Amino acid sequence: MNRWLAAGGLLMVGLILFSFTTAGAWGGADGAAGEKVDSVAPDYDPWFESLWTPPSGEIESLLFSLQAAIGGLIIGYYLGRGSPLQSASETP
Amino acid sequence: MHIMEGFLPGVWALAWYAIAAPVVGYGALKTARLVKDGDVNKSHIAVAAAFIFVLSALKLPSVTGSTSHPTGTGIAVVLFGPAVTAFLSTIVLLYQSLLLGHGGLTTLGANVTSMGIIGPLFGWTVYRSVKPHTDLQKATFAAALVADWTTYVVTSTQLALAFPAEPGLSGVIDSAITFLGVFAVTQLPIGIVEGALAAGLIGYISMSSESVRTRLGVTA
Repeated sequence: MNRWLAAGGLLMVGLILFSFTTAGAWGGADGAAGEKVDSVAPDYDPWFESLWTPPSGEIESLLFSLQAAIGGLIIGYYLGRGSPLQSASETP
Repeated sequence: MHIMEGFLPGVWALAWYAIAAPVVGYGALKTARLVKDGDVNKSHIAVAAAFIFVLSALKLPSVTGSTSHPTGTGIAVVLFGPAVTAFLSTIVLLYQSLLLGHGGLTTLGANVTSMGIIGPLFGWTVYRSVKPHTDLQKATFAAALVADWTTYVVTSTQLALAFPAEPGLSGVIDSAITFLGVFAVTQLPIGIVEGALAAGLIGYISMSSESVRTRLGVTA
């Protein structure tokens, strides 16, 4: 077992569990930075809108999970195509 | 670290494009050359890009009551350096700005500069300087961690340059502290998660082939 992956995974789970027990809006920090722009420069108007935004939060999370799935698929394929399969084919 | 669409004045949007474009162009050429030379297996470029895809899709809750995401550039940085990382990050940032309304086309230059260029440049420098003194996984942990944290420092600076609290340098510094306040604490634990995951994956990648071990500077 790779200790680094275990440590990273545990820390991630810890952060998620922590979010259950703590009050907070849990909005995105990117959006919070946008609000800070409003407070520092109240006269500034964003001059360009996204060409297309997901019609709902659900569809947005669908596209986010698709992004993660594509990456996960490639990493899984990469890790899985190595020695275990080869050694399995060597022993008939 | 995505600066939202339209949230940089036109002159800054152009300036960051001007900085990012040559690096991304060089990175694209370098990527094409790596593929053509067969110097490294295409699969290593794919796995480096895939790591960016997965990690930058994870909006993790952090200790501050807000969410933010890792950058995932660590693997690409230690394998291929900042230029290729810039090219691979651009693909992800385009996907997110076109399909997710996350980041934007006008701010793409700035976001590529922070996540794809300057963050990875610092991570790469750290990797090069600590690698001779420690093992591969610790060096990768440090590289991914520094690339992540630096990315958010750069984003805060970019916003501060465009929106100084008052004219002049002190106004820029004031603003940078304000924006860092949004990102810093949130990003501390997320950078550590990112570093640990990158260190774990690089362990498996380094087992795969001799050419990768040479590239990573691993002997044995």
